[in-house]
Amino acid sequence: MKYLSEYRDPELVETFIKELHRITTKPWTLMEICGGQTHSLVKNGLLDMLPSHITMVHGPGCPVCVTSVSVIDEAIYLAEQPGTILCSFGDMLRVPGSSKSLLQAKAEGADIRILYSPLEAVQLAKENPDKQVVFFAVGFETTAPANALSIVHADRQGINNYSILASHVLVPPAMEAILGDEENKIDAFLAAGHVCTIMGIEEYFPVAEKYRCPIVVTGFEPVDLLQGILMAVQQLESNEYKVENQYARSVQREGNRLAQNTISEVFTVSDRIWRGIGNIPQSGYEVNERYKNFNARIRFNIDLPSAEENKECISGDIMKGLKKPMQCPNFGTKCTPEHPLGAPMVSSEGACAAYYHYANATLSI
Amino acid sequence: MPLQCPMPQFDFDVITLGHGSGGLLTHRLLQSGVFDLFKNEILNQQHDGAYLLLNGKTAFSTDSYVISPIFFPGGNIGDVAINGTVNDLAMCGAAAKYLSLSFILEEGLSMNEFWEVLVSIKNAAEKAGITIVTGDTKVVEKGKGDKIFINTSGIGTLHPKANIHHQNIEAGDVIVISGNIATHGIAIMSIRKGLEFETNIVSDTNNLNHTVLSLIDRFGIDIKFLRDPTRGGVASVLNEVAELCQLGFYLDQKLLPIHEQVEGACEMLGLDPLYVANEGIFLAIVKKEIAEDFLNVLKKDRNGTNAAIIGEVTQEHAGKVIMKSRIGGKRIVNYLPGEQLPRIC
Repeated sequence: MKYLSEYRDPELVETFIKELHRITTKPWTLMEICGGQTHSLVKNGLLDMLPSHITMVHGPGCPVCVTSVSVIDEAIYLAEQPGTILCSFGDMLRVPGSSKSLLQAKAEGADIRILYSPLEAVQLAKENPDKQVVFFAVGFETTAPANALSIVHADRQGINNYSILASHVLVPPAMEAILGDEENKIDAFLAAGHVCTIMGIEEYFPVAEKYRCPIVVTGFEPVDLLQGILMAVQQLESNEYKVENQYARSVQREGNRLAQNTISEVFTVSDRIWRGIGNIPQSGYEVNERYKNFNARIRFNIDLPSAEENKECISGDIMKGLKKPMQCPNFGTKCTPEHPLGAPMVSSEGACAAYYHYANATLSI
Repeated sequence: MPLQCPMPQFDFDVITLGHGSGGLLTHRLLQSGVFDLFKNEILNQQHDGAYLLLNGKTAFSTDSYVISPIFFPGGNIGDVAINGTVNDLAMCGAAAKYLSLSFILEEGLSMNEFWEVLVSIKNAAEKAGITIVTGDTKVVEKGKGDKIFINTSGIGTLHPKANIHHQNIEAGDVIVISGNIATHGIAIMSIRKGLEFETNIVSDTNNLNHTVLSLIDRFGIDIKFLRDPTRGGVASVLNEVAELCQLGFYLDQKLLPIHEQVEGACEMLGLDPLYVANEGIFLAIVKKEIAEDFLNVLKKDRNGTNAAIIGEVTQEHAGKVIMKSRIGGKRIVNYLPGEQLPRIC
């Protein structure tokens, strides 16, 4: 397939692997930010092909994984309101809240629809004027423009039965939280290609500078990832800490201005609680004052007690790169995709799910 | 050329609760909708059950069909209800001979749609060479069903040379797939509400009995195991079988046949084609010595033009399915937990 097969070329993969073996002299720990990158690494069997000196740890870039239990509870609360349709991206449905998941709420009769785009939710609101339609707006900077646009569209068309439950999270504050942690072991980052397609790369310069940490904006295919790893290791081996762009076919330095403008039209930066990590200041988006009528928290006057996370889940340590999924005593035993203790086991981008599906702990391939 | 049957005159434009009452409306619906259309000696007796004559070892299978939407590119729920059960029997090494056919209809289903499904059932049954000998029709209130649910059960005698059992599988055997994977599932998803995308992918639903039985006739007990990877896809079937026979299944990703558009759709939707449902293909585990011959014969059949050898059975990794990725890495292919859900980004 055009633009995919080129980046899955076995010969190119071999070339990069050889070069990595040639230049790596010391042990380095790299974190790929995005869960899509984690899955590609594990699914393609790349981790076993890397030099043993290079350790990849898996970052927090899985929006499903970092959404806090309290927000899941809010979504379930909304879904269970009579006359309400809750719309969500598919992989939020299995994530456990404090008492149940959205999938369980759906089985109990809540009207929950899986959509691919928030604009479909606006359409649904238009077609069902007697219902309240809420879109569960989860994601990093990548999904924020479309979610913001849905509000702009609804506002323009005078649709007043549409709102969103925003749970947006931002990459740079999370990177700083990880690098600032006293136990931090990360030597370099592979930044998430899709997030940077929207936001550009400029906001990473101060992070790289402050923590003297190389950051390589990287794509998702095997060749992308290996090239990103190679660029990061080259920097580490020569004691540099720059922001570089491996994913230039998609990412421009300034990002997508139009998308950024849409974000700032509708959202304001706010504090956000990350599952397993806790509160990170100024690390999320909330609907701003101007569009507050489209904020489901205000419209439904949600006031739920804050929920405790399952203490047996070590997702925070995993997403900060302090532990690997298999180091969790509950991995594959008490915690499985059918009965998850935490989100990383059920999200399609979760690190635990990647290891569970593609590299079972009991198997040394 | 499929049969085009003009729709008979029905009393109503839509199915009503009365059509399931067992009274006059049921009688009229069955007379013109079922008995006239599927007429055969056994059905014509219009008794509560069918008298059958079968010789030798017999296979029996049942399946319920709840597809949404009921019409999709390449077929409808009627085709799948016939082909699915016929194929299940074929995977046992049996030629399906008689079928039961039961409907649960939702009040409000249009007669046109019901008729179209009935005609597809008739055509699929004729193509597969089976006879519909008994059945039932019930109607549920609107909102209690999804237009139409179908159950079919099939029965047929085993081919004398067939010996299909997971216990026959040995290390060194070869895994063959008869056609492109994931086609049916993606054809259905392409028109599912909220997911519509433009494509000309059509479902591969088809009867496999003639293909499979002629292979058994030729290769006999060297065909160790057969299974159609419908719900759960290729990955789920292989996991089940690997676990049953306690051997490892080793796949090579670059050998898996898949239509380019299907692969593209899977990329876009975030689905792994190994878990997407199939209808018109089967997996065969055959003795290594006959694998090439088997493949060559299969490829000449219209149900096998895209057939390929995709892997082998190994002593190591007992009970697991392992796949060599296109780029040479290895990974485990696990069971699918729950339903495959579309991803966020």
